[in-house]
Amino acid sequence: MTDLAWIDGALTSARPQAIGALLRYFRDLETAEEAYQDACLRALKAWPQNGPPRDPAAWLIMVGRNAALDSKRKLSRQDELPSEDLLSDLDDVETPMAERLDTANYRDDILRLLFICCHPGLPATQQIALALRVVSGLSVKQIARAFLVSEAAMEQRITRAKRQVGAGDTPFETPTPEERDARLLAVMAMIYLVFNEGYSTAAKDAAARIPLCDEAIRLARLLQRLFPSEPEVMGLTALLMLQHSRAAARFDADDAVILLEDQDRSLWNRELINEGLALIDKAMRHNQPGPYQVQSAVAALHARARRAADTDWVQIEALYRALEQMQPSPVITLNRAVAVSKVSGPQAALDLIAPLEAPLGGYFHFHGTRGALLLQLGRTAEARTAFDRAIALANTVAEAAHIRQHLDRLMADSATG
Amino acid sequence: MLYALLCYNAEDVVFSWSQAEDDAVMDRLNKVHGKLHDAGKLGPALRLMPTTAAATLRKSDPPVVIDGPFAETKEQLLGFYVVDVENLDEALAIAKDLGQANPGGSYEIRPIRLFLPGNFPQDAADQDLAATEPA
Repeated sequence: MTDLAWIDGALTSARPQAIGALLRYFRDLETAEEAYQDACLRALKAWPQNGPPRDPAAWLIMVGRNAALDSKRKLSRQDELPSEDLLSDLDDVETPMAERLDTANYRDDILRLLFICCHPGLPATQQIALALRVVSGLSVKQIARAFLVSEAAMEQRITRAKRQVGAGDTPFETPTPEERDARLLAVMAMIYLVFNEGYSTAAKDAAARIPLCDEAIRLARLLQRLFPSEPEVMGLTALLMLQHSRAAARFDADDAVILLEDQDRSLWNRELINEGLALIDKAMRHNQPGPYQVQSAVAALHARARRAADTDWVQIEALYRALEQMQPSPVITLNRAVAVSKVSGPQAALDLIAPLEAPLGGYFHFHGTRGALLLQLGRTAEARTAFDRAIALANTVAEAAHIRQHLDRLMADSATG
Repeated sequence: MLYALLCYNAEDVVFSWSQAEDDAVMDRLNKVHGKLHDAGKLGPALRLMPTTAAATLRKSDPPVVIDGPFAETKEQLLGFYVVDVENLDEALAIAKDLGQANPGGSYEIRPIRLFLPGNFPQDAADQDLAATEPA
């Protein structure tokens, strides 16, 4: 039995490898995508009749390549195409050959395909859109919905991105180990961007954008299968899973953000948490800490705390300190300040973030955090000013709604007090 | 007679299922589980996490830990253990102990996603197995 749902799943999961290999043959993204599309159409006809091939990706690569070569030949000579059966019927002699041809390059093909989407000339949002279209195979309509723009606008954005990438100069030779490392880093960052695009969103849009988070996790798993011994890839995958595990607990009925410490932890997805924790265990054995591992370790400490009060803030503060040294950034210091406030009190945290006013003055979370610390110290007038600035800088309705709750509480307190 | 049914499928396909698709499959399976359960025929059943979460201990001397699943096709699956541990290191320590008692081959250590304890009466399982032992 080869039902359509099975074929759909097989086509989706074979897609990165198939397009990656076709891209290596044709050295042109457009041709590779068309060849893959062609192969998919043939698969939809051939697989229900003949049963699924042993290796769907190898089948798609061979059929896609043959079809593209034939249509090129047809264009140049106006010859008649071979019959459908001839094109799509790969017997068992050819299939192992296709496997030998392509699995040797499997890893670099997929990495190259992902890397092409990280073209430095492309703004982050276009990198994400391109990866979702080309690697994940989401429709333009689905991507447009996730980015809350019109289909026509997204179509245009992707076409422009493809043109820019097409003019790029990613070499098709097998990369050196250094090149491979550099590509891997860029691809990890892009996958994290895909995730964040889905994660940093308002509740009412969350349903449309959750596919981005799922897709990012799928891409991270794919990357992990390509690089099974890279602790940072394990760290990235774990980080995405641990953050996504809280999806069902992040918004209240009024679309306001619920802070980690106020979330109903019974809504957290234990399966995702356990998988993330298992990956961190694996990564730690390598003794090669990196930023994704440290961030996932922070997320793991939150996930392990059954109640907010059980959170190991001392350890979290130490992890943020380690992260600050790996990647000095005012945003990380701001995160550390939250941990410091739990360990050493609000004044120590306020002292820590005082020098951040200049770099983070236009950042919503800076003023939100500062307001909360001032509030804890009873400096209500200053807290109110900080919250007002935060609201003015909020990116989403949910962020603004969350701060407004603080302000409402302040108003209520001053009315009763 | 006791049989183990080992489940094989393309994991990248299965782990690409949406929550709704996954739930639908589990619903259908649970109906089958229910029938078996009522008939007293269902022993422990489990669903594993994907191979990306696996590590493998090769029982060489000294034993070597490799990231990822067991990949050797010349050896066959001959049995498995379910252990309740704090973390991967503890599971690996147990695997090393077992490996000293029974050298050769490998243990793939894979976290479990879903565990159903089953409802065999223990003595029924004992009798069943005793009947197959050589006199």
